[in-house]
Amino acid sequence: MDFHLTPEEEAFRAEVRAFLEEVLPEDADRNDPKLLARWWRRVRERRWVGFSWPEEVGGGGGSLMQQVILKEEMAKRNAPPLGSCFMGLAWVGPAIIQYGTEEQKRRFIPDILDGSYQWCTGYSEPGAGSDLAALQCRALRDGDEYVVNGQKIWTSIAMWSKWMILLVRTDPNPKDKHDGITCLLVEMDTPGISVRPIRNMSGGTMFAEVFFDDVRVPVANRLGAQGEGWKVTLTALAHERSGIAEVEGLKRKLEELKDLARRVGPNGRPARDDDVLRRRLARLEARIEAMRMNGMRFLTRQLKGEPLGSETSINKLHRANLEIELGDLALELQGAAGPLTGDAAPDGGRWQRFALSWAEVVIGGGTPNIQKNIIAERILGLPKD
Amino acid sequence: MNFGFTEEQELLRAEVRKFLDEHAPLEQVRKWMETPEGFSRELWKQIAELGWPGLLVPEPHGGAGLGFVDLTVVLEETGRTLLPSPLLATTLAAATIRDAGSSAQQARWLPSLADGSAIGTVAVLEAQGHLDPAGILLRGTRQGDAWLLAGEKHFVLDAGAADLFVVAFRSGNAPEALGLAVIECQTQGVRVRTTSNLDATRRLGTLRLDAVRVPTDRVLGEPGAAAPALARLLDRGAAAVTAEMIGAAEGALALTVTYAKQREQFGSPIGRFQGVKHPLAEMYVDVESFKSLLYYAAWALDESPEEVPRAVSLAKAYASEAFARIGLDTVQLHGGIGYTWEYDAQLYLKRSKWARPAFGDAAYHYDRVARLGGL
Repeated sequence: MDFHLTPEEEAFRAEVRAFLEEVLPEDADRNDPKLLARWWRRVRERRWVGFSWPEEVGGGGGSLMQQVILKEEMAKRNAPPLGSCFMGLAWVGPAIIQYGTEEQKRRFIPDILDGSYQWCTGYSEPGAGSDLAALQCRALRDGDEYVVNGQKIWTSIAMWSKWMILLVRTDPNPKDKHDGITCLLVEMDTPGISVRPIRNMSGGTMFAEVFFDDVRVPVANRLGAQGEGWKVTLTALAHERSGIAEVEGLKRKLEELKDLARRVGPNGRPARDDDVLRRRLARLEARIEAMRMNGMRFLTRQLKGEPLGSETSINKLHRANLEIELGDLALELQGAAGPLTGDAAPDGGRWQRFALSWAEVVIGGGTPNIQKNIIAERILGLPKD
Repeated sequence: MNFGFTEEQELLRAEVRKFLDEHAPLEQVRKWMETPEGFSRELWKQIAELGWPGLLVPEPHGGAGLGFVDLTVVLEETGRTLLPSPLLATTLAAATIRDAGSSAQQARWLPSLADGSAIGTVAVLEAQGHLDPAGILLRGTRQGDAWLLAGEKHFVLDAGAADLFVVAFRSGNAPEALGLAVIECQTQGVRVRTTSNLDATRRLGTLRLDAVRVPTDRVLGEPGAAAPALARLLDRGAAAVTAEMIGAAEGALALTVTYAKQREQFGSPIGRFQGVKHPLAEMYVDVESFKSLLYYAAWALDESPEEVPRAVSLAKAYASEAFARIGLDTVQLHGGIGYTWEYDAQLYLKRSKWARPAFGDAAYHYDRVARLGGL
C-alpha cells in the first residue's frame, strides 16, 4: 500500500492548485455569471473540459490519476463544473464518441465541449422509471425518418435544452425487453414536441414532461444501430468513476455542518455538546471516509487495468444515504428553527434548501433500492426479481 | 498510488487460508471451543512454526519483522474461521514490548513470544471497563529497585493461557502517569480466574495482583511515561479486532447468501425477495466499507503515525456497529435454523458481542473522531 503520488502527478496537482488559486478566489461568488464565463473559457483552454476524452475528438486525454487529482482539487475549492453542458459532458458526449458516426462526432462534440447549448435526457417514462427497459415511447421507420409518438417524464432541463438524447422502442414485441430499444438524437424545436415543466418539492422547476406527437427524426440522427439503444446508454468509456471527487463535496458539507453544530442546537445548547448529535456527526464522517477509501480501492483496480463493475454501486448507495442524512441532520440541529425558511432560518435558509435538494442525486442516478438490487444480483449472485 | 496488497501479501493470504481451511474449519473450531482451554495447543505449535505470532517481531529477535498490513491479511483469515487461538493476544503483547521495551527487554521476551513457546497477552481494562488513562487505577508503588503492584485487571483476553502479561498500571496521580509492566503468570501474588463468555472462541479472564513485586527491569520504558505506548497498544488492538471482524463478517455473509439461494419458500429461493436481498446488499456494503477503513488504519499504523488515532477510530466504530447488525441479521435471515446450536450462524452473532466493545465500542470511537475533528 502506498498513497504517494509520482513526481509527475504531484506536479500536476501543483499546477491545478495554482490555476484554481488564480482563477477562483476563495471568497468569490460561484454563481457570478462573469466569473463562470471566465472559468469556462480558462478550463476549456487547458483542455480540462472533457478531460477524460481522447485528444483526437478534442478531449484532454487525461490519465485516471490526473482525472482524480483535477476533480479532487476542484471539489476542495468548491469550483464550478468543468464546462456548462452538463449532460453532454457526463453521458451524451461519451456515447457519441463510442457509438456515433464521424459526422455526428464532428457535429456535436465541439459544441458540447464549448457549452454552446444544453442537452437533456429522454429516458424515464410514466411507466418506466427504475424499470427503464419497460419504456413504451414508439418510433416507426418511415423512409429516411423515424416518427416518434409517446411521452417522457422527469426530463431535467428539457425546457432549456436544444437537443435531447432519446430512448424509443422500435420493436414493440421483442423477446427480451432490453432489445428493440433505439437511441435517437432529437432537436427540441422539432414540430410535435411539447414540454410541460413540473414543479419539484423545493418549489423550483428543473424537470418536465415531454410529449411527442408524430415527431419526425432523421435516421442520420440515430446513435448506434437500430435496436442497440440499451447498449448505447451503458457506455463505458474509461473515465474515472471511483467516486473520490464526490467525497470532497460531502466532506465540505460535513465541515459546514460541524460549524453549524458549534453555533446552534436543539435544546438550548450547541449541538456539539449533545453526545448523540456529536456521535451522529462522527458517524457521517466515518461513512464519508469509507467512501473515499472504497474509491481508493476501486481506483487501484482501475489503475491495474481491471474494469470496474457493479461495485461502484457501493459508493452510490453511501452517497445517497449521506446526502439525505446530512440535510436531515442540518435541520434537526436547528431544533425549533429547523422548519423556518429564508432569512428567518439560520444561515439564510441555505440548509433548508439543501435538505430538500437530495432527490436529484438520490433518485436521478437510480434509487437506493435499485442500487441494492444491483449489488445483491450482480455481486452476491442472488436470483433476479 | 496503490491501495492494494503486494504479491507477497497475496501469497501470505493464500497460504494462511489454505492452512486454516485444512486444519481449522468451523466444525473443528466447534470441537476446540468445547474444551476447557478453548483452543488447540497442537495447532498453536503449527501456527508458531508458520511464524504468525512473530509477524511483528523484529528479525533479530526471531520474528518476521513485518508490518501491520501483513498482520491484517492473517487476521482477516483467522477471523473468517473464528479461530480460537492466543494469536491476537500474543501479537499485541509482543508489539508492545517491541515498541516500549529496551533492547535487553526485547531480547528477553520477544524470541519466546515469536516462536510460540510463550503465550502473551495485555491487561489494560479494570472493573469499570474504561479505556481512557483515567480508567487505569491499578496502583504501582515504588519500593527500592522494584514496583509493588496491587489490583485487578478484567476482560483480559486469553488470561487463562497466558504465560506473560503486559499490565498497565498507575504510577502517580497525574492523569497520564502510567506504566507498563511485564509479569509472568507464576510470579508470586499473581492469580488468574477465567470468566465465562458468550463467545466460546474467545476466552477472557481476570488477573489479580496481590502486592506483586515487579523489578524495575520488568517495567517497559520510563516508569510514568507509558501513556503513548499504551495508546499505541489500544489502537493496535482496535485495528486487530477490526481486521478479524472483516473475515468473520464475510464468513457470515457467505453463509447467509448461500442459504438464501438454496432455501425455497413461496415457490422461490428466498434470495429473490427484496426483504432478504436488501439486508444482504447492506451487509456487503458495510463489510466492504469498514474493510476499506481498516486498510487505511493498517497503512497508517505502518507508515503515518499521526493519522492513526482517527483512522483506527473510524474503522472500529463503523465495524463495531456494522458487525453487530450483521450478526443479528445472519441469525434472523436464516429463520428457525439460524437459532439452532448446530448451525454456525450463532457463532458469528456471539463473536460480534465480544468484538463490539473490545478495545472500544462505537460510542467510544465516535467520541474520539468528534474530538479529533474539533467537536
